[in-house]
Amino acid sequence: MQTELVQEARRQAEICNACRYCEGYCSVFPSLHANRAFSDGDITQLANLCHNCRGCYYACQYTAPHEFDLNLPAALAEIRQESWEELAYPSVVARQFQKNGMAVAIAVTLCFAMLFALAKWIGQGEGEGFYAVMSHNLMVAIFAPAFLFPLASLAVSLWRYWSTVDGEPVTFNHIKQAFGAVANMRNLAGGHGDGCNFEDEDRFTQARRTAHQFVLYGFLLCFASTSSGTILHYVFDLPAPYGLFSLPKLLGIPGGLMMTFGAIWLFHLKLKADPELGAKGARSGEFGFIALLGFVGASGLVLYGLGGTTLMPVFLALHLGSVLAFFLLTPYTKMAHGFYRLAALVRDAQRKEG
Amino acid sequence: MNRPYDIVVIGGGNAALCAAMTAAEDGAKVLILEAAPKAYRGGNSRHTRNFRCMHSGPLGPLIESYSEEEYFADLMKVTDGKTHEGLARMAIRHSEECLPWMESHGVRFQPSLSGTLSLARTNAFFLGGGKGLVNAYYRTAEKLGVDVEYDAKVTHLEVDDGKVVYLDYVQGEQMRRLAPKAVVVASGGFQADTDWLARAWGPAAKNFLIRGTPYNRGIVLADLLDQGIEQVGDPTQCHAVAIDGRAPKFDGGIVTRLDCVPFSIVVNKDAERFYNEGEDVWPKRYAIWGRLVAAQPDQVGYVIIDAKSLELFMPSVFPPIKADTIEELAQKMGLPADGLRDTVDTFNASCGDTTDFHPTELDGVSTSGLTPPKTNWARPITQAPFYGYSLRTGVTFTYLGLKVDETAQCSIDNRPVRNLWAAGETMAGSILGQGYLAGFGMTIGTVFGRIAGKEAASYAN
Ligand SMILES: Cc1cc2nc3c(=O)[nH]c(=O)nc-3n(C[C@H](O)[C@H](O)[C@H](O)COP(=O)(O)OP(=O)(O)OC[C@H]3O[C@@H](n4cnc5c(N)ncnc54)[C@H](O)[C@@H]3O)c2cc1C
Ligand code: SF4
Ligand code: SF4
Repeated sequence: MQTELVQEARRQAEICNACRYCEGYCSVFPSLHANRAFSDGDITQLANLCHNCRGCYYACQYTAPHEFDLNLPAALAEIRQESWEELAYPSVVARQFQKNGMAVAIAVTLCFAMLFALAKWIGQGEGEGFYAVMSHNLMVAIFAPAFLFPLASLAVSLWRYWSTVDGEPVTFNHIKQAFGAVANMRNLAGGHGDGCNFEDEDRFTQARRTAHQFVLYGFLLCFASTSSGTILHYVFDLPAPYGLFSLPKLLGIPGGLMMTFGAIWLFHLKLKADPELGAKGARSGEFGFIALLGFVGASGLVLYGLGGTTLMPVFLALHLGSVLAFFLLTPYTKMAHGFYRLAALVRDAQRKEG
Repeated sequence: MNRPYDIVVIGGGNAALCAAMTAAEDGAKVLILEAAPKAYRGGNSRHTRNFRCMHSGPLGPLIESYSEEEYFADLMKVTDGKTHEGLARMAIRHSEECLPWMESHGVRFQPSLSGTLSLARTNAFFLGGGKGLVNAYYRTAEKLGVDVEYDAKVTHLEVDDGKVVYLDYVQGEQMRRLAPKAVVVASGGFQADTDWLARAWGPAAKNFLIRGTPYNRGIVLADLLDQGIEQVGDPTQCHAVAIDGRAPKFDGGIVTRLDCVPFSIVVNKDAERFYNEGEDVWPKRYAIWGRLVAAQPDQVGYVIIDAKSLELFMPSVFPPIKADTIEELAQKMGLPADGLRDTVDTFNASCGDTTDFHPTELDGVSTSGLTPPKTNWARPITQAPFYGYSLRTGVTFTYLGLKVDETAQCSIDNRPVRNLWAAGETMAGSILGQGYLAGFGMTIGTVFGRIAGKEAASYAN
């Protein structure tokens, strides 16, 4: 961890600890006020509790030009970013993605798309619909490792996180509390239910929270759609294509719509928000990630629409390429924030238990 | 479309905003002239954290009840009876309806902050503090059609025949003049003008720190008093507390407070003690210490504690100076080492049994045979490392102000000025003669701001 960044976050945390005006905004402050001095691990934990709502920036009487120069959202964002890069396994990939997010996302997607296109020539599928283009077994052979590798990588990262923040053995109750906070995005409500300050300086709006929910639930629906397809295929021996009123489509179409719409909205919000209040070095990675998410959703929808047309194989390759890129890059993109955040909330539940 | 302004509100803090919103809701076209740039808008109000509120049952974040009588009694205690009863009771009574009004105008409250639980019943805390409140009010005012000019310093109100005929303000290099139908003054006290403070208090005031905004320089106040508008409040008095000596000259705000005095000995620059550090719990004494430090050479004090007391008080914004010996601490703080050694030794020798020590209650653990004594929390300073803080006088506000009646109207020659109202700090002397009760400043500003806005609007309409 870069010592200047930690020093700066610590300096600001000490000012907040003497002030305490922002106590009600989010779970960062009660956690902060429980300490008198802040170890590097404490700072990492605080950073991962923060979700950059910016409430504490606009409410702060000590922001520049005041000599105390408070900008807690930015200080914590920098630490958070650093911690993700450092904890990622292997961390070089994470660094590359944060620096050139959009380029990496496009490159990886195209590479995989080409791979899929090539695979099509080698192992012509026997089935109908998508499977005419690529056999289900080939898809699984490619996707299963792509799904398992990121999980293993994330497990390493979370383990590292846990030792950084001096985590204790986890109980069911800790997890229950953490999921409770996630389910309704309690912290994104700003402590008063009016939302956060992402769109228009100090005006509280629900935009970011809502857009985020669209992406989150959209993603979960898409995931459920794929899973249901897999189950239909293996358990009930019902391979794709599925009709409009089948489970995979009933889950996948709204899921894809929500994810695409949410991603476009988040992209737009991020463009409007003041970059000075976030981690500057991570913007490229964040935009790259949102774009990738949006593309996964949108290309999936287009596929449904294309049916058996000649464009379908091209889009299938692109779509599958983006899905693969998305999964493989998970430990190195903003996607990982969900895992770290959950870990931070579990840790916070432990703190509250005392 | 450019309708001329009915009302100009001078100032951009709580009182000004309450007046502006109320007047706009009553249909007036309102302009706020705020001397500060946008980043520093909101005067001292941006540094506040709570509002003291009467309530007959649970109300918003407030628990139980807080009656008019109890509120008034609390006020009489801190002001030694120097309170204008009629206006004070009016402010108290109105405070109850203010809380929901504040919420409906965008203010959000929160459960009382950690470390301030003693105020959970009497004071409602703003989520995000005073700047959060100020931001919310600017948003609401904007929606109500109120215009705001920043960097707009009012320099003169022309009062003629019992009426304000025009006002001048400077914006950048530009001198501008406006002739609204009515004017509300809500531009605070004069504490940021240290020359004026020095004239009133003596040259020592040059060494005072100003806890709040540098923009409250009393320009409008002086201009109006010069023209014979009636004044109130002791011109030589200010509310001052002891704060961390390393605080910035202006705008240090809440974080510069130090709560460690009860667990310490406090010496002056000659390393001599000068007052009973354990007289009472700190919230009741921090204002006295502002004056005590002001009376010491160079207007500075030094707090000395040892390792066993370090965690007994709220963390300070600047870390304490730390040393392994008293002599080393003295040297680091620029105090005579022998002198400090003597003072600490004498103090330690006078400490008795400390088994009853209790950090949050008057524990009666006192010195014997020492002048001045320390009558509570007197534990010897023996356990290294030793820690020190410097203390300076931090001015919160001044008492000199505009005299108003229960309609917040100003007067001249025993007659009301027909179109001039005042609210907030600038008229608080009409209610408080001395002393201060936590959270009452925002009560005065909110209550009288709303009254001034209403009266001004009904005059302008
Ligand atoms: C650190 C600190 C903490 C405090 N905490 C509390 C608290 O928790 N609760 C409480 O009740 N009280 C508190 N107070 C007191 C409280 O700040 C005041 O009572 C209250 O804010 C006064 O409001 P106001 O609107 O009258 O003045 P202010 O908020 O000071 O506003 C005055 C405004 O006038 C403007 N101005 C000045 N001169 C001119 C000019 N010539 N032309 C145009 N504009 C001008 C200023 O820029 C400013 O915007 C605190 C004070 C300080 C310093
Ligand atoms: S961000 Fe500013 S207002 Fe909020 S607690 Fe920290 S110092 Fe206080
Ligand atoms: S930006 Fe929001 S989440 Fe982060 S510390 Fe500030 S108030 Fe909390």
